[in-house]
Amino acid sequence: MARKLPEVDVVLVGFGWTASIIAQELTEAGANVLALERGEWRDTVPDFSVTHIQDELRYAVRKEIFEQTRRQTMTFRNKPDQLALPMRELGSFLPASGVGGAGVHWNGQNWRFLPTDFMLRTHNEQRYGRKAIPDDMTIQDWGVNYEQLEPYYDKFEYLCGISGKAGNIGGRIQAGGNPFEGPRRREYPLPPLKRCAATELFDKAAREVGFHPFPAPAANTSKPYLNTLGVQMGQCTYCGYCEWFGCANYSKASPQSTILPVLLKKDNFSFRTHSSVTRILTDSTGKRATGVVYVDQNDREYIQPAQMVVLCAFAHHNVHLLLVSKIGTPYDPQTGTGVVGRNYAYQVSSSVNVTCKERLNPFMGAGALGQVVDDFNGDNFDHTGKGFLGGGYIALWNTGGRPILQEYLPKGTPKWGAGWKKALHEDYLYSTHMQGHGGVMSYRDNYLDLDPTYTDNYGNPLLRLTFDFHHNENAMSKFLTDRATEIAKAIPNRGINSKPRKGDYSIVPYQTTHNTGGAAMGNDPRTSFVNPFLQSWDVPNLWVMGSSVFPQNPGYNPTGTVGALAFWAADAMKRYIRNPQPLVQT
Amino acid sequence: MEQREDIGLGRACTTERCDSPSRRTFLLGSAAFISSSLLLGGCGGGDSTRTVVAPRFLDGDERRFVRAAIDRLIPADALGAGAVQAGVDDFIDAQLAGPFGQAAGIYMRGPFHLGAKEQGYQLPFTPAQVYRLGIQRVDEHCRKTLGNVFAQLKADQQDKVLHELEDGKIDLGEIPSPNFFNLLLQNTKEGFLADPIYGGNRDFAGWKLIGYPGPRYNYTDDIEKFGQPYDAPFVSLGGEHPVTCRLSDSPTGRFRGPGCEYAQMPAKMHYDALTTTTGKVWPAGNL
Repeated sequence: MARKLPEVDVVLVGFGWTASIIAQELTEAGANVLALERGEWRDTVPDFSVTHIQDELRYAVRKEIFEQTRRQTMTFRNKPDQLALPMRELGSFLPASGVGGAGVHWNGQNWRFLPTDFMLRTHNEQRYGRKAIPDDMTIQDWGVNYEQLEPYYDKFEYLCGISGKAGNIGGRIQAGGNPFEGPRRREYPLPPLKRCAATELFDKAAREVGFHPFPAPAANTSKPYLNTLGVQMGQCTYCGYCEWFGCANYSKASPQSTILPVLLKKDNFSFRTHSSVTRILTDSTGKRATGVVYVDQNDREYIQPAQMVVLCAFAHHNVHLLLVSKIGTPYDPQTGTGVVGRNYAYQVSSSVNVTCKERLNPFMGAGALGQVVDDFNGDNFDHTGKGFLGGGYIALWNTGGRPILQEYLPKGTPKWGAGWKKALHEDYLYSTHMQGHGGVMSYRDNYLDLDPTYTDNYGNPLLRLTFDFHHNENAMSKFLTDRATEIAKAIPNRGINSKPRKGDYSIVPYQTTHNTGGAAMGNDPRTSFVNPFLQSWDVPNLWVMGSSVFPQNPGYNPTGTVGALAFWAADAMKRYIRNPQPLVQT
Repeated sequence: MEQREDIGLGRACTTERCDSPSRRTFLLGSAAFISSSLLLGGCGGGDSTRTVVAPRFLDGDERRFVRAAIDRLIPADALGAGAVQAGVDDFIDAQLAGPFGQAAGIYMRGPFHLGAKEQGYQLPFTPAQVYRLGIQRVDEHCRKTLGNVFAQLKADQQDKVLHELEDGKIDLGEIPSPNFFNLLLQNTKEGFLADPIYGGNRDFAGWKLIGYPGPRYNYTDDIEKFGQPYDAPFVSLGGEHPVTCRLSDSPTGRFRGPGCEYAQMPAKMHYDALTTTTGKVWPAGNL
């Protein structure tokens, strides 16, 4: 029988980026906050030490730093009439487990979305007409706009010590930055990272073909940085082990390197690891959350009562928890009604490998060391006659040239034998690749629900993912890949291998861990699970963080917006704590 | 090791991470410097009388198959060592005996359906089982059609069989042949290019081939030297100069030095003189 524990003011499900932000903000406001993390405790010392963290096989290939499917996975199919089967091996995306969440293993590619991204339907209808949006494309406005979020973007960037060059300060375009970005109040906290040989070549080539390259905003510190909470970060050493590793050097922004040293000292904050939340509890009216049920590593079950429940787990898990807890109306793709599981989206990626004439030393890198072209993101260009909406960026990221997984060989290279060996010998030091990183619209038939057959360790049905790319994404990705190929041709090279995306979406090869939707935010309770403050319409003391609230997925990495939305929601929670009412009346 | 009946698993330590690389680094990378208490502390909680059992999976025939196959996948040639010289068979053996081979973190609940390729791996077999069944079936196929097991075939015959496996042209029963081939190829490349602490990439064979210097900590002063060679010594997580000579057989088991083969690690261990890559000699001694 579950043991009932003393009540807390706020219980957080998960202890990654959003939980750390919410905990820091609400404890400052005096609340008693508890985070429940299913994974283990991890910190820079000893867990990310250079004596073992720079291990490609262990962390990136064997995936020791991620969630294991044995404990949590989902089933997948491309189409609603297919039999969904379990994702037995991680591949397409890599959810985290453990304190710090994916904030430990991300690259640090930290973006703001475009002002038009937040009003996607309204903007596209106004510019291209209602007919430009296909009937089955269920995109919607976010209910929050860029101007409202700008102070919170700024807050997250100054927490993390983002290295970059502003392109638009208060409406004035800045040389060297991204001329397409929304206006920001001030420069980035740190200057851009150093360039490497490959990003230098990309920059030159992109300019030559008439695009507007700029240094990517990086949560890898280009200089030592004392952050807004008084936490000291060290200067990045370009060791090339950000992505899929923890940072040994206090250089990549993570909860551990930016918030936890302050948060963990507080008497009104606590956390428990190896605590898997299995249910959100509600009272008899169903209108009030009373706490959560969780299970520890010895399968003991606990009831943790709380005045407020905040879902801070990975996108899928938040939605899974809502569905098994029977909170909100599950989405029905037949009728298009219901909200929980609706508007799942992803991102679309393609690549162009370039074998350069110049030696690149790809192993000198950082997760967000990149040069980017944003000319074809969002609505930064006229889509008239293009046959698609939305877009993405083209980037050359030089994340570290780790030899097992970063094999960017010329077209026609044999997969094994003496020919493969020769190509690797001749080309490893000279090869790089560009990425086309595009957004994905939401659609009526891309959604999350519960699987009727497969179950997890606790006897709960697995989440079921039904997803495929549509014509819009395929056309847009081809357009991006063609533009990237133009850049590649302008680099002095020995070979180019354009790899546009093809066929149905596959769960197998890694693409991105930018999974979104399923608990969308918005102004209308019929099409959103949370209001613009990330508060549940149905259960006002329940809140949802993270990319599960994105109504569709723009063409940028999500973490900057996830961080900004968490700060934005935290301000709303403080108002709610003073006056516990729905912040938007229906 | 005779375990043909038990199709599942090789012997393994009792704790999940007992073969974690950091511990193995201690065992092998710096063995001569580490006191026996530390050496024994890694697995089983420091019980000084407990014998540390090194995981092993492949039997003699399987090992011969793997050596023959990886010798074709990454052959030795004028460019340098191939997979065999790099110790990739040792790497694969250790991987199959450990959590990877046992699918320790993988969702293995049924029911099992093959599904569409977009749905990923759906076989009810662990990687170790795929090897065991796959090798058996390929050898049967070779014996039937070419008169000998794979390891005894000529190189061009072996290449042909590998291509046929890759292309799905050989019937391996419940395992589609590309599943078996791709797993073998993936593990071979891993063993060639992973940090030497895992037993492959011996003497930095893979990294020397491509010019990857190993996990280094600081490129701040080098990254802007565009187009320039970077020529620092190779490093491993096991250290800058891993020991490359082999320890001789001892009364309680067969050992090899920090190239990583060890059938059994006794509580006390004698080792012969060691020579490091830099020519440093350690006299014989006991741990």
